[in-house]
Amino acid sequence: MKKLLILGAGTAGTMMANRLRKKLPANKWSIAIVDQYPKHYYQPGFLFMPFGIFSEKDVVKPKRKFIPRDVDYVEGEIDRIQAEQNRVLLRSGNYLNYDLLVIATGVKTAPEQTDGMLGNDWRKRVSDFYTFEGASTLHGALCDWNGGRLVVHISEMPIKCPVAVLEFAFLADWWLTERGLRDKTEIIYVTPLSGAFTKPIAAKVLGHLLEEKRINVVTDFNISRVDNEQHKIVSWDEKEVDYDLLVTVPTNMGDAAMERSGLGDELNFVATDRHTLQSKQYANIFILGDATDLPSSKAGSVAHFQAEVLTENITHYIKGEPFASQFDGHANCFIESGYGKAFLLDFNYDLQPVEGKYPLPGIGPFSLLRETRLNHFGKLAFKWIYWNLLLRGVPMPGIGHHMSRLGKQIPLEALQPA
Amino acid sequence: MSQKQIAGVTIDVNDEGYMTNHAQWNRDVAAALAKEEGIDLTEGHWKVLDFIDKDFKEKSAVPGMRRMNKVGGIETKELYSLFPNGPIKKATKIAGYPKPVSCV
Repeated sequence: MKKLLILGAGTAGTMMANRLRKKLPANKWSIAIVDQYPKHYYQPGFLFMPFGIFSEKDVVKPKRKFIPRDVDYVEGEIDRIQAEQNRVLLRSGNYLNYDLLVIATGVKTAPEQTDGMLGNDWRKRVSDFYTFEGASTLHGALCDWNGGRLVVHISEMPIKCPVAVLEFAFLADWWLTERGLRDKTEIIYVTPLSGAFTKPIAAKVLGHLLEEKRINVVTDFNISRVDNEQHKIVSWDEKEVDYDLLVTVPTNMGDAAMERSGLGDELNFVATDRHTLQSKQYANIFILGDATDLPSSKAGSVAHFQAEVLTENITHYIKGEPFASQFDGHANCFIESGYGKAFLLDFNYDLQPVEGKYPLPGIGPFSLLRETRLNHFGKLAFKWIYWNLLLRGVPMPGIGHHMSRLGKQIPLEALQPA
Repeated sequence: MSQKQIAGVTIDVNDEGYMTNHAQWNRDVAAALAKEEGIDLTEGHWKVLDFIDKDFKEKSAVPGMRRMNKVGGIETKELYSLFPNGPIKKATKIAGYPKPVSCV
């Protein structure tokens, strides 16, 4: 009996457990999955929690519920991968041997990486919304809000789902307007990049939104510390932004076990082949989801498309056949813009977001780079799709891993230099 | 997308002046691009530019500040003194690579 081991039972790992169990013969391959935390969070829902649109029941379910019965679920903390011996050491001292390893350990927020972020203001005037605790804190903070400076901030790139931060600012604008607090609130968007929108076509189509919504943007701001006494963030070149409430995305890092395993880079991301998803160091290790060092977006849609590619590649690999499937960097995401509307983006390694229709070329029903009500309902409906289809690896017709250029308006400058 | 003459060669640049074809880049082009930013390249600058070059070839992405520091051995304060006001975007422009971007 051969052993396939999956590290991490989040979005990527759970999808792989479901997909691989259907593909690999049960009399030849056993599959086990390891995770230290019992709860599965629907992370796209964290964005809606501060505004009271979603609550705990929408975003939390037990991890085990989504793991097939004939996959061993091991609850335990990973100490390190010992790749030379083809085994994983757990904190408990137990070993798990493998013939093939799938790393899906994701990313986590690392507020301790910024001086002062975990100071007196933490979880009071300073909070993230990328964790359940953070999103809950912000719900409370917004309910008590009477106006002031609301600073929405990215610490450093890359982060999971980069557009979520813009969405937060847009939703805050809408939410505060509905409550008559918008005129008493200054919303400031602070980014280490050179703009809120950095891709030329998206910038052209979406750039006006910030002005319309009266969101001030501070660019090229690389945070050096949080000053809890004076409630301000300070950059490396001594620029300062005062806050009454700081909604920050702390540094995102891969799992520390990757560093202990000698597989991680400076942010604990694992060196991965951008097309095959094979480890650059070990042939029998594959990586997907947020744990990779790829320039693709860190997002559930990416993990979904990668899971399709990787399932095919693993079935070929174990038969000794060449890889037949290539990941193209495909990602798609909804951008909530407030007032019951949203945008939709679809892009990959080579093509930046452009206008068009998705998933059916020319038909849609969703419009790319356009603000529509239907896009918003698509985003809300996605919660059901996530829990019921996506995690269980149920095929979704028309939503394939290979990004289609059909139905897209592609100006020459939309093709990005490789 | 347009072309410009610099240091005796023609380079393709985007609207913001970033090179779009790295094959056209050389050290004289870098020096001329740096001049336009008001920077005279020294050994310290070249350490940064060479690291970006090596790293981009390996990872297909412009390294961030943390990577410059941890992997390239370049202190953040030093980076700011070499390339004031947005060191990464300035350094990548001079190194002939695209500006670091997000997905949108």
